[in-house]
Amino acid sequence: MLTCKQASELISQSLDRSLTRSERWSLRFHLLICVACARFNRQLASIQAVMNKWLSDTEQDEHLQLPLQAKLRMTQALESEIAASRRRP
Amino acid sequence: MSNQTPHDWLNEHGDYLYRFALARLRDAHLAEDAVQETLLAAIQSRTYEGKSAPRTWLTGILKHKIIDLIRKQSREKPSEDLSQTVADEGVVDEFFNESGHWADRPQAWAAPDDELEQKQFLVILQNCMDRLPKKLSRLFLMRDIFEDDNQAICKELEISPTNAWVMLYRARMGLRKCLELHWLET
Ligand SMILES: [Zn+2]
Repeated sequence: MLTCKQASELISQSLDRSLTRSERWSLRFHLLICVACARFNRQLASIQAVMNKWLSDTEQDEHLQLPLQAKLRMTQALESEIAASRRRP
Repeated sequence: MSNQTPHDWLNEHGDYLYRFALARLRDAHLAEDAVQETLLAAIQSRTYEGKSAPRTWLTGILKHKIIDLIRKQSREKPSEDLSQTVADEGVVDEFFNESGHWADRPQAWAAPDDELEQKQFLVILQNCMDRLPKKLSRLFLMRDIFEDDNQAICKELEISPTNAWVMLYRARMGLRKCLELHWLET
């Protein structure tokens, strides 16, 4: 039997790695009988879902651009790196 | 090499790479550095064979540059050093009693449904993230990079996967509790 503490650890880890078969079964059983952990499970899932959505929204947000200064600086850095790599064998 | 020049990479993918880095590093200067180092490394590596889209290839390099920057930063500030595991076991134990039951049962809150609610939820989530120890919030933000290849990344960060899971667990415990306090109120 899992304690709630152990169940909460597995719930968190299930978001980061695939649980083993026996971990999955014992967690599934615990979630059937424990309202608090079932709630915890849903809450972590919604935190993760909001985070993932925010990350992908940020990645697609066309208003968010490299500052012009940084672009100019990078253009120069690229020039000199290209020149240097031509000199290398 | 494809017929794209490094300048095309910057023009076509620079903004995307910047946004990717900014979301995870939450620091404009660090994000710029990460993009620049990615492009320079791309020139040096000359491994692009056109097997994947340039953006995918560049993003792969960027992920490692982000990890690099975080490692460098964590060396400079020992309090943020990921390889130093937090000794404060008590932080999480406060949530459970000795028999492993919830000391403080999670309260019900409504999951954010519509767009407006998700926005409000996100604002609170980010405030809560700022209250976490920095190394926990860092790791939490790069969780998806970590998921791609946790063996290699743990090696780079000099932490074990187990430690990383423990830290992510602590981050989530802290975030959940903080949301419970502040999201319930709204
Ligand atoms: Zn439980």
